Amino acid sequence: MSTALDFDVIVVGGGHAGCEAASAAARMGARTALITHKIETIGEMSCNPAIGGLGKGHLVREIDALDGLMARVADQAGIQFRMLNRSKGPAVWGPRAQIDRKLYREAMQKEILNHDNLDVIADGVEDVLVKNGIVAGVIGESGSTYKSDAVVITTGTFLKGIIHRGAERIPAGRVGEKPAIGLAERLYALDLPIGRLKTGTPARLNGNTIDWDRLEMQPADDVPIPFSFANSQIHVPQIACGITYTNPEAHAIIAENINQSAVYSGAIAGRGPRYCPSIEDKIHRFADKTRHQIFLEPEGLEDDTVYPNGISTSLPRDVQDAFVRKIEGLENVEILEYGYAIEYDYVDPRALDFGLQVKVLPGLFLAGQINGTTGYEEAGAQGLVAGLNAVRFTRGEDNATFDRGEAYIGVLIDDLITRGVTEPYRMFTSRAEYRLSLRSDNADQRLTPRGIELGLVGPGRAEMFHVKHSELETGRTLMQTATLTPNEAQKRGWKVNQDGQRRSAWDYLAYPTISMTDIESAFPEIAALSGSIKAQLEIEAMYAGYIERQKEDVAALRREEALKLPADLDYAAVGGLTNEVRAKLEQIQPATLGQAGRIEGMTPGALTALLAFVRRRPDRKRVAND
Amino acid sequence: MALRQDTICALATGQPPAAIATLRISGPSTSQIIEKRLSIKSLTPRRATLVDLRDAAGALIDSGLAIYMPGPNSYTGEDTLELSLHGGRMITELALQSIMAAGARLADPGEFTRRAFEAGKMDLTRAEAVADLIDAESEAQLGQALKQMDGALEDLYSRWRGQLTDCLALLEASIDFPDEEDAPDRVDGPVSDRLEALVADLNHALAEGNITERIRDGFKIAILGKPNAGKSTLLNQLSKRDAAIVTDIPGTTRDIVEVRLVMGGYLVWLSDTAGLRETTDRVEAEGVRRAEKAAAESDLRIWLYDARDSFDVAQVKPGDLIVANKSDLVARLDVSRETMVISAKDGEGVAQVEQAIVSRLKGMTQGLTAPMITRARHRQGIERARQHLDRAREHMAQGAGAEFTAEEVRLASRELGTLTGHVDPEMVLGAVFSSFCIGK
Ligand SMILES: Cc1cc2nc3c(=O)[nH]c(=O)nc-3n(C[C@H](O)[C@H](O)[C@H](O)COP(=O)(O)OP(=O)(O)OC[C@H]3O[C@@H](n4cnc5c(N)ncnc54)[C@H](O)[C@@H]3O)c2cc1C
Ligand SMILES: Nc1nc2c(ncn2[C@@H]2O[C@H](COP(=O)(O)OP(=O)(O)OP(=O)(O)O)[C@@H](O)[C@H]2O)c(=O)[nH]1
Ligand SMILES: [Mg+2]
Repeated sequence: MSTALDFDVIVVGGGHAGCEAASAAARMGARTALITHKIETIGEMSCNPAIGGLGKGHLVREIDALDGLMARVADQAGIQFRMLNRSKGPAVWGPRAQIDRKLYREAMQKEILNHDNLDVIADGVEDVLVKNGIVAGVIGESGSTYKSDAVVITTGTFLKGIIHRGAERIPAGRVGEKPAIGLAERLYALDLPIGRLKTGTPARLNGNTIDWDRLEMQPADDVPIPFSFANSQIHVPQIACGITYTNPEAHAIIAENINQSAVYSGAIAGRGPRYCPSIEDKIHRFADKTRHQIFLEPEGLEDDTVYPNGISTSLPRDVQDAFVRKIEGLENVEILEYGYAIEYDYVDPRALDFGLQVKVLPGLFLAGQINGTTGYEEAGAQGLVAGLNAVRFTRGEDNATFDRGEAYIGVLIDDLITRGVTEPYRMFTSRAEYRLSLRSDNADQRLTPRGIELGLVGPGRAEMFHVKHSELETGRTLMQTATLTPNEAQKRGWKVNQDGQRRSAWDYLAYPTISMTDIESAFPEIAALSGSIKAQLEIEAMYAGYIERQKEDVAALRREEALKLPADLDYAAVGGLTNEVRAKLEQIQPATLGQAGRIEGMTPGALTALLAFVRRRPDRKRVAND
Repeated sequence: MALRQDTICALATGQPPAAIATLRISGPSTSQIIEKRLSIKSLTPRRATLVDLRDAAGALIDSGLAIYMPGPNSYTGEDTLELSLHGGRMITELALQSIMAAGARLADPGEFTRRAFEAGKMDLTRAEAVADLIDAESEAQLGQALKQMDGALEDLYSRWRGQLTDCLALLEASIDFPDEEDAPDRVDGPVSDRLEALVADLNHALAEGNITERIRDGFKIAILGKPNAGKSTLLNQLSKRDAAIVTDIPGTTRDIVEVRLVMGGYLVWLSDTAGLRETTDRVEAEGVRRAEKAAAESDLRIWLYDARDSFDVAQVKPGDLIVANKSDLVARLDVSRETMVISAKDGEGVAQVEQAIVSRLKGMTQGLTAPMITRARHRQGIERARQHLDRAREHMAQGAGAEFTAEEVRLASRELGTLTGHVDPEMVLGAVFSSFCIGK
């Protein structure tokens, strides 16, 4: 077969990054192809069936604000919605849902297979076509050639993936008889910096063999809050998860057999995530703890498989059986699939630019786990950025980027390409320095206008945004124009300064003792606003002081980002840089002084030198011309 | 056009003529300058070698000792040459000209140290200490600058930031891992204890900082009293120069007359002020206002009165000195024990006044071990950090979300970070993961 098909953008891999990349490119009107091994595994959750969480939930909301798929699909598949961190303020609330894997897959496939401008092709990609130093398409293992002006690779852990379980070794990431070695070789041939990481997964349990009655149960929220701004409620039935704990007996078995763990036998070189240690790690590193918590999470409404969150392991099968059965409620449990660790190569994302394009091969974009991240949300967010910029590349436009001051997506991309990764990278709210401004509740207000401008957002979503935006504006105006004298406020029982100063509803709401309900009782016109608008206004008032300050900080950040560093900057000519700092600058080629400042190991002195050098460049040129 | 960092040179020792003059050269052209101008072309690093220095035409300028320190193991991190010659005016002038013609330019003030800072050889506080070290006029200044140069401030500020990082680790773990049994859920207790202790440390530093800043900038001492008490006479005596006008007309001094001198190892600024009295003369009234302001701003006040008059102790603050003057004009005098009796005109008792001043300064600096604040910049940063921490504690007291407390702690940490020049969010995650077993 030698059909030559022509596309603007080809996305390779139908995982979470691939789906968002393909959809983003197609939404922008590019003729897009998604090429993946099997149509049936599109939208598959390879590990923990859950979406969202702290920081991750923010990413999902942001993907949604840009009209991406993940939030809408998760809303059709979530079987246990919980808003994490309710006891804290809304800036750090983390929307999370346990997912029915089948419902998720089906909903995602429905979106992808019925998408305008998007062709879905089942094929394994063997190689990337390069013409005149620019990407020109891909070649499938079927022998077909697919032409395109840009290619986004989102193939997850396929680079030298090896599964470890005790002494077992299973090459992973290859499908069928012919492994997609060609694609891997192409990437290695580009001489990109490559690193090795590992991650693990726990055994899957048969839910029918768990003694649920003896376990503590954690129910879903009474009123599930959807991920997507487009949805007002969740229709999927909600279930509870079980909670149990490891114990000294189980620990003893693990400790006795720790040398058989792939990780501890020295078989694995890759670095694992510190925040997601295996049970072997937990017991080894925190020997004084007598128990560790396990969440027992059903993988679906009609699926008996249970995911025991907290005990990922690469111990041999018999040891897994033995230690798991020491755990309360799991005494008679049947293991359906054994846990394992997977080790894989990733491309050091410092080889990419802000659009996730490979610096040394124009037209080639990488997104997802291949860049050293972990998690569906991190993958999806990158997919969206890569899809967007692949289209812009085909149109000869500059990268469209999000900065740290406007989105967690910006934090993610900037962290990756500036600092690289030393462990599988996962989002946390503490990575976002403007956390109080970048909330999950205002992701649409922050990003949908950008999305509209960039062509990522469809008309339906845009219309919805405009309606909400103008309601919010009306609400803000009302809050500012509705006023009370301190005297009137006191009559309502509010404790305020009797300074004769007339204050607005907005000012009063900023008092910790005055709630939105109080405001509503005083101002019927505010009471008449819709519930979601009032909730949003209340949050804004709560953080008002900090949001103002962060605006100034973001402005300062943007001033530094405005100081562009030329791509051809000769760092050897900048005096005073240590070899280490210079090597990093040469490798990363920061686009701005701001980015340079975030490079690991950058000293304030080096930054001063860089600033001084860039500042004096034009002057020196003038002198030289005299 | 490749722009290379240029090479700088300067006279590192005092103004010639002097016995020896040391020239310092730093930058990429250093070896080229050696090549062109010195009689020995390849110098062994860090070894003193006797060389001839020649001008562009090859004529001998002088012979001297050269020490070559290749980068990055030098003060500036760059290739550096130190050349010690005979310290004549002509020799140093010719030597500098010859070096500049071989590819260097005169350094700007402080440029060697700036390059050292840029090369990551020192943090900001150490760079400041270098300047202080050079400017030091008193023993106390020198001692303090040496400690700062040795990293006293950097260590202290880094330690405080480390404590804030620990607090942030607790707060962030409670925010980012709310479902984890192993992550601390109730962090309020430990965090508020730590913040309280740190705020106490900052306040202590701010209080002591008044003194350490004075050691660096000089203590302010004002001579105060009624017109004609002999204030100007005393100032001239203490400073051993004829700085202030002395006449028998009451109200002679109007402006503040300030002299800078070293007393007992301390730098002081001694002020003579207008005599304090009710007056309708507008110029004199302004002088009185200034005198009162100086009194309020001074670290130590010397109240001087004519021994024939009475003295009203109402204005005296604890620690001030009271001096009765013109003892030569009275036969016998009944004064309280702490009042000193002098004759400023004759110089009688002036040495005791000086001793009393020094012992007061010693008292103020007693118990100081390492400096904590030596400049207004440090004070401002620490004050701002303290304000953020006050607010953080308020949030905790009011039961606000941990994100509010964390925000203020982060801002405080940033303020301290700007003092040394380090800020890094990864530090917090690092602390989180090393302290708690986290992960499902
Ligand atoms: C063992 C394990 C445990 C994990 N645990 C967690 C966890 O607990 N929580 C969490 O959030 N995340 C976890 N992850 C990470 C999460 O699964 C991934 O980060 C996320 O799925 C990555 O998305 P992706 O789109 O980059 O890749 P994937 O979702 O892996 O998708 C890759 C796709 O590319 C296709 N493909 C590969 N090669 C080719 C080719 N040559 N031609 C065509 N198609 C190809 C594959 O068939 C697949 O469809 C885990 C991952 C693993 C492997
Ligand atoms: N006999 C005697 N005369 C003194 C002594 N000290 C100062 N005088 C004289 O007192 C007069 C005033 O001295 P000043 O030093 O000018 O006094 P002042 O306090 O500065 O006065 P104003 O500037 O006017 O406030 C001069 O004539 C001095 O010579 C002293 O110890 N003995
Ligand atoms: Mg006088």
